[in-house]
Amino acid sequence: MSQRKTALTLLLGGFFAFGASSAQDVARQAQSEKLFADIHRVLAHPRCLNCHPKGDSPKQGLDAHLHVPPVARGPAGKGVAGLQCAACHQAENYAASGVPGAPNWHLAPLSMGWENKSQGELCRVLLDQSKNGQKDLKAIVEHLTRDELVAWGWAPGTDADGKAREPVPIPKLEFNRIVRAWAKLGAKCPK
Amino acid sequence: MISLNVNGKTYTLDVPPDMPVLWAIRDGIGLTGTKYGCGIAQCGACTVHIDGNAVRSCSMPVSAAAGKCVTTIENIGATRVGKATQSAWERLDVMQCGYCQSGQIMSAAALLSGNPKPTDADIDAAMSGNICRCATYVRIRAAIHEAAKALA
Repeated sequence: MSQRKTALTLLLGGFFAFGASSAQDVARQAQSEKLFADIHRVLAHPRCLNCHPKGDSPKQGLDAHLHVPPVARGPAGKGVAGLQCAACHQAENYAASGVPGAPNWHLAPLSMGWENKSQGELCRVLLDQSKNGQKDLKAIVEHLTRDELVAWGWAPGTDADGKAREPVPIPKLEFNRIVRAWAKLGAKCPK
Repeated sequence: MISLNVNGKTYTLDVPPDMPVLWAIRDGIGLTGTKYGCGIAQCGACTVHIDGNAVRSCSMPVSAAAGKCVTTIENIGATRVGKATQSAWERLDVMQCGYCQSGQIMSAAALLSGNPKPTDADIDAAMSGNICRCATYVRIRAAIHEAAKALA
């Protein structure tokens, strides 16, 4: 009888322990997905999306119109011979002409075209090393939190009329905290 | 004071560091071949070469050009590609009013330096940032092909 009781206790204990662990996993997944929703608010903002186009031309402005003058992606995402991105975009914003600038100004690769992608789709593309330039999760976090071109989205300067461009939503330090927390919770993607 | 290397000569200029390279070249040095068109990197008239790459001089602060080699239309003919480009321009009588042509030639020379055998599509892509109010685009394209042939 005593042996039976012990066996039953172990069985129930295991069941509850497993149940608790599973419930914890579900909660972590939900929390990670929720954090990505905030990350998506930034990534889907035109300041980011305009240089992650699905075609060969960047976009401009909050209305995401085609880049003026017309420019082409080129073999390395930095424009074509005779008209590189760096012909106009310098390492810093330039108030005199209203041309935005940041180090290494370039287009994201075509495989990282984010236009019209849902939260889940964008998240999965972001994590897919065959599309994201072989970036593992650590490199993705690094890119989102420390890259100077990404950081331009928070300090986009003024346009040719001297009007301040709208930065991405969510303050930079808060965004960095969210990205790290999302990664720590397993970098889960919404459905 | 800013030290600027233009066409192989070093100039020391007493200009604000955020002054566009365009005005340092034109007003500071007196090289007026580079033209002011729009001032907002939309027309290409002010194109120069910085370390061999086409750059809109209206959109680069002179402080960013310090330590680099600036080439203007006055000296592009000193390079083989630049000379061939200018010669083709003359042979085909590309210019009409001429105001944009300094920039056109500088962009064309940068194109031919990076792509010696450009197709029509390559030319259109490279030259799309250079506007010509006289619409000499067909002759510009023909002259670039002509220069490419001369360089082959």
